[in-house]
Amino acid sequence: MLKELWNDAAGGFHPASAPDFLPESALKEVQLRRLRAVVQRAYDNVALFQERLRERGLTPAAIESLADIRHLPFTVKADLRDTYPFGLFASPMSEVVRLHASSGTTGKPIVVAYTREDIEVWSEVMARTLACCSLHRGDIVQNAFGYGLFTGGLGAHYGAEALGATVIPISGGNTDRQIMVIRDFGVSALFSTPSYFTHLVERASELGIDLRELPLRVGVFGAEPWSDGMRSHIEAAAGISAFDIYGLSEIIGPGVASECPEHHGLHVFEDHFYPEIIDPETGEPLPDGEEGELVLTTLSKRAMPMIRYRTRDITAIIPERCGCGRSLRRIQRIGRRSDDMIIIRGVNIFPSQVEAALLAVEGTLPHYRIILSREQGLDQMTVEVEVTPEVLSDQVRVIEDMRERIAQAIERILGIRVGLRLVEPHSIERSQGKAKRVIDQRGD
Amino acid sequence: MKLTQLSLFLENRPGRLIEPTRLLAAEGINVMTLCLADTAEFGILRLIVQDPKRAAEVLNGAGWTVNLTEVVAVEVPDQPGGLAAVLGVFEQAGLNVEYVYAFTLRRDDRAILVFRFQEPDQAIAALQASGHQVLDAERLDALVG
Ligand SMILES: [Zn+2]
Repeated sequence: MLKELWNDAAGGFHPASAPDFLPESALKEVQLRRLRAVVQRAYDNVALFQERLRERGLTPAAIESLADIRHLPFTVKADLRDTYPFGLFASPMSEVVRLHASSGTTGKPIVVAYTREDIEVWSEVMARTLACCSLHRGDIVQNAFGYGLFTGGLGAHYGAEALGATVIPISGGNTDRQIMVIRDFGVSALFSTPSYFTHLVERASELGIDLRELPLRVGVFGAEPWSDGMRSHIEAAAGISAFDIYGLSEIIGPGVASECPEHHGLHVFEDHFYPEIIDPETGEPLPDGEEGELVLTTLSKRAMPMIRYRTRDITAIIPERCGCGRSLRRIQRIGRRSDDMIIIRGVNIFPSQVEAALLAVEGTLPHYRIILSREQGLDQMTVEVEVTPEVLSDQVRVIEDMRERIAQAIERILGIRVGLRLVEPHSIERSQGKAKRVIDQRGD
Repeated sequence: MKLTQLSLFLENRPGRLIEPTRLLAAEGINVMTLCLADTAEFGILRLIVQDPKRAAEVLNGAGWTVNLTEVVAVEVPDQPGGLAAVLGVFEQAGLNVEYVYAFTLRRDDRAILVFRFQEPDQAIAALQASGHQVLDAERLDALVG
């Protein structure tokens, strides 16, 4: 692409986005061609996949249409652990140019691999992600995603460079320095986890720096679920437009799906990642519009093809065309993962429900965490909530009233009464990456 | 005529009270009085200091969240009946006291009463009309200095 032809104006069409506007028929054609190739590649090179197809009496030739994908077996996270470290690779190490690993919350990490072509695709989808988030050449981008084994830092870095933006590879942590760089370098866009940015906003205000007065105009946030209320809070406090992006290491890292300026769902870069929604209980595909578990197939991955990977993320495909004109289908923002579900005294609870209760009472989202414990054989859940500047009062009665309103809101939403403890500001550990909201001390 | 009071939220844990006072001492900020209102779960530490703006900056910088409230301070002789006379003024003016605490100055026999009102300006007017000495930051500095 000739860089001279790029439209550098904010909101202008960016050539990197061209594939986002493929007509539906052309898109389906690309998807089918790539699906057949990737199934063949996995069959030829990945023993586990070949074995599973044989058990079902299938060969890659069984894929005649996109709908035939439903006959293929799922891949789950445990498959990556069971074949640790390199068992699902479809390329010899001589063609692998990069390894990343994600820390599993339990047991072994999972390892993912990239060929040179994979890195190019990754850069492309991340550049498309950032163009979708209204970034362009000339933007000064502070990349506070962690660099290292985590895919966030390098993935966003390559994408921003491919877009032609100026990248500051600051990585996570050292919040005071981050704030100094935002101010002194005239940063216009920042990438981080939403929880880390909340922390950064809070710290800037303590230092007497008003982010709204700085050139910072866009925040690109991912790697963990965050609510619309948290978005409003971040946008108002920092004077930015906040975009949600989605990705996971098993598929490629960030760059699987992105919000556009409409802020209504995330466009899946489905020419590279084919989305399906299934019923998590039965595994049956669900029609567009119905909520279920997101399953992704990497259509062009070479080093590590993932066929029908179960993400554990709960969402729905939005069938309507988007106002931005992209033909790519959208998924709803992911508010919960089936892995995040807490079962306490027989009631299913998601941390996002606690978040909703806190937002409803306070108007902004305070730092909080959920402690699960067991006392005399009974499960107990306690929500610890930090006292924010907005609710801090010099009067005991005012704080006790607020505490009672939170307790009632949680009970109303969850249907059970849980413990609630107000804690000092900054007493809950801030994460540099994904926030750890649930501490399970039940010991099984 | 009002003083700025700093309030901090504290969990009920041993040693929490010391930290903010130590921080202020290290910065040479004089704490004139402090008062802790507590429940079984948490406490609110209220402070009257010599330079509230700088004190708030120091505490904020160290990660504390600080609430600033305007309070009314009255100087009374440190002897029986001092408090009752002042409370009488508010009763007559129909003003509700949210809370009150007192401290004495080392150098002489005067006590300072600190009041929290919803309507501090009305309270100040009532006090002045009845001839009481309402303290502003300057006068407090002079008394302590
Ligand atoms: Zn759109």
